[in-house]
Amino acid sequence: MSILINRDTRVVVQGVTGREGAFHTQKMLEYGTRVVGGVTPGKGGSEQDSVPVFDSVKEAVEKTKADTSIIFVPAPFAADAIAEAADAGVKLVVCITDGVPTLDMVRAAGYLKSKGAALIGPNCPGLISPGECKVGIMPAEVYREGPMGVISRSGTLTYETCDHITNAGSGVSTCIGVGGDPIIGIKFIDALKLFRDDPETKVVIIIGEIGGSDEETAAAYIKESNYPKPVVAFISGRSAPPGKRMGHAGAIISGNTGTPQAKVKAFEEAGVPVGNTLEEVVQLAMAKLAPSS
Amino acid sequence: MDLKLYEFQAKKVFAQGGIPVPQGEVVQNADAAARVAQEIGRVVVKAQVHVGGRGKAGGIKLANTPQEARECAEGMLGKPLKGFAVNYVLVEQALDIAQEYYLGITVDRDARRVIIMVSSMGGIDIEEVAATTPEKIAKMHVDPAWGLFDYQLRDLVEQAGLERKAQRQIIDVIRALYNVFQYSDASLAEINPLVVTGGGKVIAADGKFDVDDNALYRQKELLKLREVSETDPVEAYAASKGVAYVKLDGDIGVIGNGAGLVMTTLDILARNGGKAANFCDLGGGAKADTVRQDLEIVLMNPKVRGVLFNIFGGIVRCDEVARGILEATRTMDIKAPIVVRLSGTKAEEGREMLKGTNLIPAETAQEAAKKIIELVGDRGRGIVE
Repeated sequence: MSILINRDTRVVVQGVTGREGAFHTQKMLEYGTRVVGGVTPGKGGSEQDSVPVFDSVKEAVEKTKADTSIIFVPAPFAADAIAEAADAGVKLVVCITDGVPTLDMVRAAGYLKSKGAALIGPNCPGLISPGECKVGIMPAEVYREGPMGVISRSGTLTYETCDHITNAGSGVSTCIGVGGDPIIGIKFIDALKLFRDDPETKVVIIIGEIGGSDEETAAAYIKESNYPKPVVAFISGRSAPPGKRMGHAGAIISGNTGTPQAKVKAFEEAGVPVGNTLEEVVQLAMAKLAPSS
Repeated sequence: MDLKLYEFQAKKVFAQGGIPVPQGEVVQNADAAARVAQEIGRVVVKAQVHVGGRGKAGGIKLANTPQEARECAEGMLGKPLKGFAVNYVLVEQALDIAQEYYLGITVDRDARRVIIMVSSMGGIDIEEVAATTPEKIAKMHVDPAWGLFDYQLRDLVEQAGLERKAQRQIIDVIRALYNVFQYSDASLAEINPLVVTGGGKVIAADGKFDVDDNALYRQKELLKLREVSETDPVEAYAASKGVAYVKLDGDIGVIGNGAGLVMTTLDILARNGGKAANFCDLGGGAKADTVRQDLEIVLMNPKVRGVLFNIFGGIVRCDEVARGILEATRTMDIKAPIVVRLSGTKAEEGREMLKGTNLIPAETAQEAAKKIIELVGDRGRGIVE
């Protein structure tokens, strides 16, 4: 069944004529995603890979009935693009862009809330429901359809994890890259709730990292709600020194917050095993799939 | 990394924003310290370093005369304080302190909003206060749509139990600091302590100010302060080239595609007894010049005795990465062993290309880690101390 996106999802690409936008539009179309339009202000009326280009998201939504957008707009303009999409009536905004100023995101997050739109990212690879729809930049070959829900702050680690899942003979219902920034849209807890209600998803894998407290919040939710499906986790950055930002804007241990120890502890207290390697995580998840005797 | 300003720089930014700061001047030699003390009178001499607990470590000293100021400065300049080089000291008017409060503004990730924190427990590490007496910290989130209302600030300072007579001045400081925070794209702005003097004046006795790395492109004036601030030279060079690089303590250089994957590589090394010399994210670039640039940067660190590439090819193809690494290393004179883990798209082709070269291929990250640790260890054994 999958969550958030499926074969009926209609996607508009913001920044469609840029290098990244054009390349990934082609890849999404190859996958079978319904990319119904694109936006580059000033290029309206033209076409990109047979996708009609519009000057504004509002026009694109009016003309194509797009309900989802994916953003490849450069960092200085990305938050604005998010706001524009929400205002145009897009229900799910996926922002790939890395480097968006934090205060821009504070403003955009507030605006989105008032518009009732959901956001994934920024600084994320997007999401994929294998066999149905890809709204993102992930390598399609790695994914098969199946019962694992995957939520991750890291892009490349999801590719590797899903590759292991495919090699283990299983598959993924939906894989969501929530992104590496401190201010993001959908968090672990939000995706967990969606996976809880998705009949196709039987096990959830969380790939977390140092910084912030989203893992702790997710763990508390799993515990308090008696989460009905098995969850397995991985935390990267366990050897990272405090005070240093490890690539992702949100991956930093500040004082007592964001430590890997706290995250591992929170998960273990919630009955969520934390694998030491991605291989181990997938093994643990596969074991949860097998019917108990 | 976010741009961290020194206290004297933070105070300049505060002053520009209308926040009262002590009269003072930053200097780089003892004579200048004496001169400033001569002008001001009783002063504090404060070592400018990016670390807390300066006072206890002897980095903040009271000087009653210009000669004392000279001696304090001499004792600090050019000598390490808590492991940091002291290139500047701030010579400032000594304040007649009646109250010490805390004021901090930062971004609350959970709430997705800017948060303002005020406490009557100033002059202490705020993390300690948060741990032992959290009720003493009054907090409020700012709605980005509306900004700050005065009544919210009146409520905040009252909740924090700040001295009534000083509340209006403090509210003005909070508003000014919030404005500075916004227009400077700060990630953290802290005044600890925010002093109320015996004469009833509110002054920022200390200052901390960090600027969002992602916003530096639009903070050109603040960006100029980066050269002055303390940064590791390799990190500074990498930042100037837009390369995501963080210096660490070990001897194994690490380069990978994706921040999470690189962090995991550091973890795998640690678990196998190795120590990473750095974090370096290649990003989406498999091209020879990106690889070359990143490898050059990693090798600038003299501690590096081996390099580990960890690549999971998605859209990026492993044979392209292999080609990039081969091209890069062909034109560089590298003595250190290099292990390249290739997995994902075209991994077998990539590994095949590395055979017969002096690059060592690996299939899994575990395998690659063990190989490089062994190789670096072997070399280490030959060294005579």
